Amino acid sequence: MKEKLISDGKRIDGRKAEEFRPIEMKLDIVSRANGSASFRFGNSVVVASVFGPRALTPRHLQKPDSCVLRCRYNMAPFSVDDRKNPGPDRRSKEISKVTRLALEPAIFLEEFPKATIDAYIEVLQADGSTRVTGINATSLALVDSGVPMKDLVTACSVGKIDDTLIVDLNGKEDNNSEADIAFAMMPSKDKITLLQMDGLLTKQEFLTAIKMAKSYCKKIYELQKKTLKEKYENVD
Amino acid sequence: MEVRRIVLPGELVDKRNGRKLWSGVYIEGDNVFSKVLGIPRITENEISVIPLSGVYRPRVGNRVIGVITGVEISGWSVDINSPYTAFLPLVEAVGEFVDKSRTDISKFYDIDDIVYCRVSKVTKDKTVQVNMKAIGSRRLYNGIIIKITPTKVPRVIGKGGSMINLLKNKTACEIVVGQNGIVWIRGLNKAKVIEAILKIEKESHVVGLTEKIENMLSE
Amino acid sequence: MQEKYALELIEKGKRIDGRKFEEFRPIEIKPNVIKNSEGSADVRFGDTRVIAGVKLNIGTPYPDTPEEGMLRVGAEFSPLAAPEFESGPPGEDAIELARIVDRGIRESECIELKKLCLTPEEKVWCLFVDIHIINHQGNLLDCSALASLVALLNTKIPKLEDDKIIRNEFEKPLPVVFKPINITVGKISDKFLIDPRFEEENILESKLSIAIRDDDKICSVQKQEKMELSLEDIERMVDIALVKSKEIRKLVK
Repeated sequence: MKEKLISDGKRIDGRKAEEFRPIEMKLDIVSRANGSASFRFGNSVVVASVFGPRALTPRHLQKPDSCVLRCRYNMAPFSVDDRKNPGPDRRSKEISKVTRLALEPAIFLEEFPKATIDAYIEVLQADGSTRVTGINATSLALVDSGVPMKDLVTACSVGKIDDTLIVDLNGKEDNNSEADIAFAMMPSKDKITLLQMDGLLTKQEFLTAIKMAKSYCKKIYELQKKTLKEKYENVD
Repeated sequence: MEVRRIVLPGELVDKRNGRKLWSGVYIEGDNVFSKVLGIPRITENEISVIPLSGVYRPRVGNRVIGVITGVEISGWSVDINSPYTAFLPLVEAVGEFVDKSRTDISKFYDIDDIVYCRVSKVTKDKTVQVNMKAIGSRRLYNGIIIKITPTKVPRVIGKGGSMINLLKNKTACEIVVGQNGIVWIRGLNKAKVIEAILKIEKESHVVGLTEKIENMLSE
Repeated sequence: MQEKYALELIEKGKRIDGRKFEEFRPIEIKPNVIKNSEGSADVRFGDTRVIAGVKLNIGTPYPDTPEEGMLRVGAEFSPLAAPEFESGPPGEDAIELARIVDRGIRESECIELKKLCLTPEEKVWCLFVDIHIINHQGNLLDCSALASLVALLNTKIPKLEDDKIIRNEFEKPLPVVFKPINITVGKISDKFLIDPRFEEENILESKLSIAIRDDDKICSVQKQEKMELSLEDIERMVDIALVKSKEIRKLVK
C-alpha cells in the first residue's frame, strides 16, 4: 500500500499544501567573486557565485554584440543519500542549460559585448527542488555583482501529490509526485523564464499550478529584495 | 544611521516627466526603472541610478590607472580593471620619434609598470585605447595599488576633492585615484589610507561619512 | 541573411516556405528501417530527418523500480547533420533533447514497463532508444519524439532461450498503450507557429515544448530559448499543442 503523501491536509513534514519550507538567504559567501549568495528551502541548500562581466577566451566563444552567460549547476558528492560521482552528468548539464535560460532574459547582456558572466551553482545539500533553489541564489548573486538587470529572477516548485496541488516539493515528494513543475519568473514584469513539467496533468490543473507558482514566487521575491537592501542598510 | 534610498533592478524609480535619463535606468512607457542595486539620483531635469557595485566600464575621457600586461610592436596592452583590455599605442605614449624596427619599446614601459592615463577611444564593440598625452598622465613609480568598486570613486574623491584632500593631508601620502577603481598610494602611512578608503567604499551611501572618516584619521 | 528575411515575412503573416503558422511540413514516417534493431523508424518533417533505433538487452532494473523494465533515451547530434554540430560526447542541447523525449515517454506511461520484468530486482528488459539526427533543418525535438514513438510501436521483444537473447527471433510486440506526441510551439511578435524551420528557430522569441497523451493529459513541458513568456502565452501554446498533437497521432498506426 503506497504511503500517502498528504492526509488531513498535512504533508509528511507537517506542512499544508500551500506552505513553503523555511527560507534562508545570505550574501557575500565568496569573497573574491563579483557576487555570491546562498539560498535554502528547508534542507535544500545551494551556494552560487558570479564572476564577471569578464574577458572571454578563446575568442571564438565571444559574441560580438552581447555578453555570454555561462551557468554550471553541480551537485556535491555528499549532497545526496547515495553518493553522487563528482562531475557533470546528463541531468546536471540539462539543469545548467535551463538555469541559464531562466536568467538570460533578465540581464542586459548587450551592454557587455564579447565578455562573459560565469555563474557557478553548487548544491551542498539536496532535498528536492534544487534547481529552483539554485536559480534564487544565482539571481541574488547577479544583482549583488552589479550587472544591469531588468528585474530579479525568482523560482519555486509546485506539484501534485495525492490529487492535491502543492508548493515547494521536498525530496520525497519530488520522487513520488504525480506531477512536478520547476518554475521561474521576473516577478515585477510578470514574465516566466523557466517552465518544466513532468507527470500527468490536465490543461486546467497545469494552468492552476502555474498560477500558484506565480503567487509563491512573488512572496519569495519580497524576501530576496529585503535581503539585498538589508546588506546596505545595516552597515557597521 | 541614515542611509540614502536604495533601489533594486526592476524597481520603479520615478515617472519620466520629460527628464533626461542617464545610466542605471531603463524605461517602459513613462515609467523609469532601475537596472541596478544602487542609489537613485533624481533632480528636476535628470534621473539616474548610481550602482553600489559593478565592474569598470571604460568611457572616453576617464582618467584611469592601468598596469602594463604586454609589450607589442607598436604599443602596449594595459589592464584597466575592466572586462576589456586597453591598448596604448606607441605614438600616443612617447613624445619623440621612435624607430619601431630597431627599438625595444619596453625601455619606455615594461610589463607590470603602473601608468596613469586617459581613455581616448571606446568603440561599439569595446575596443579601448588609452593615451599618455593628457596633462597629469605619467608612470607611477613604487607605491602600491588597491582596487575598489569603480562607482564609489566619486565618493573617495569627494565634492571638489574634499575627501581625497582630507586623506592626503591627514596621512601625508601621495594618492592617485583612477576612475576605474584603481587607487595608487605611496608614503609611510599607506595602511591608514587603505583602511579609510575601504571604509568609504563600504559606507559610501551613508550620510555623514566625511565626518566619520575625519574622526577615524585623527586618532 | 535568411533569418532577417524570415522575420520580415513573419511580421507580414507569412512563412519562408509558404506554410501557414499552424501547418506542419510534409511528415514522412517509415518504420522498421534498421534490420539489426528490435525497433526503428525514419521520420521526416520536411527536410529534418531523424532515425531512432530501439535495442533491447537484459539488465538490472533501476533501484527505485525493481519490478519494471528499464528505459533510457539517448541522442546524437552527429556532425554529419549540420555545420554547427561538433564531434564528441553529447552537448547540452543533445542531452536536453534526449531527456525531454524520455520524459514524454516515461511520464505518459505509454510503455507497460511492469510487463518487462523477468525476475524482480534482478533481471528486466532494458530498452535503449537512440536518436540519431541525420539532417537538421529545424524542430529536431518533435521529429525525434515522433521517431522514438514509432520505433517503440514497432519494437518486438526478442525470444529468450535459457536467458540468452536470440536476436532476430521475436516473441511478442513491446506493450505500448499510449501515443504521446510532442509539439513545439514558437512565439514571435505576438504570433505563434509550429514546426519551426532552422531559419525560424533562431529568430523565435521563445519556444514551449509540450508532450500530450491520447487522453489530452499533458505529460511533459519544457520552456526553451530564448526569452520570457506570459501565462496567457502559455495557455495559448498549450491549446495549439492539444489540437496539433491529434493531427500527428492520426498519422501513427
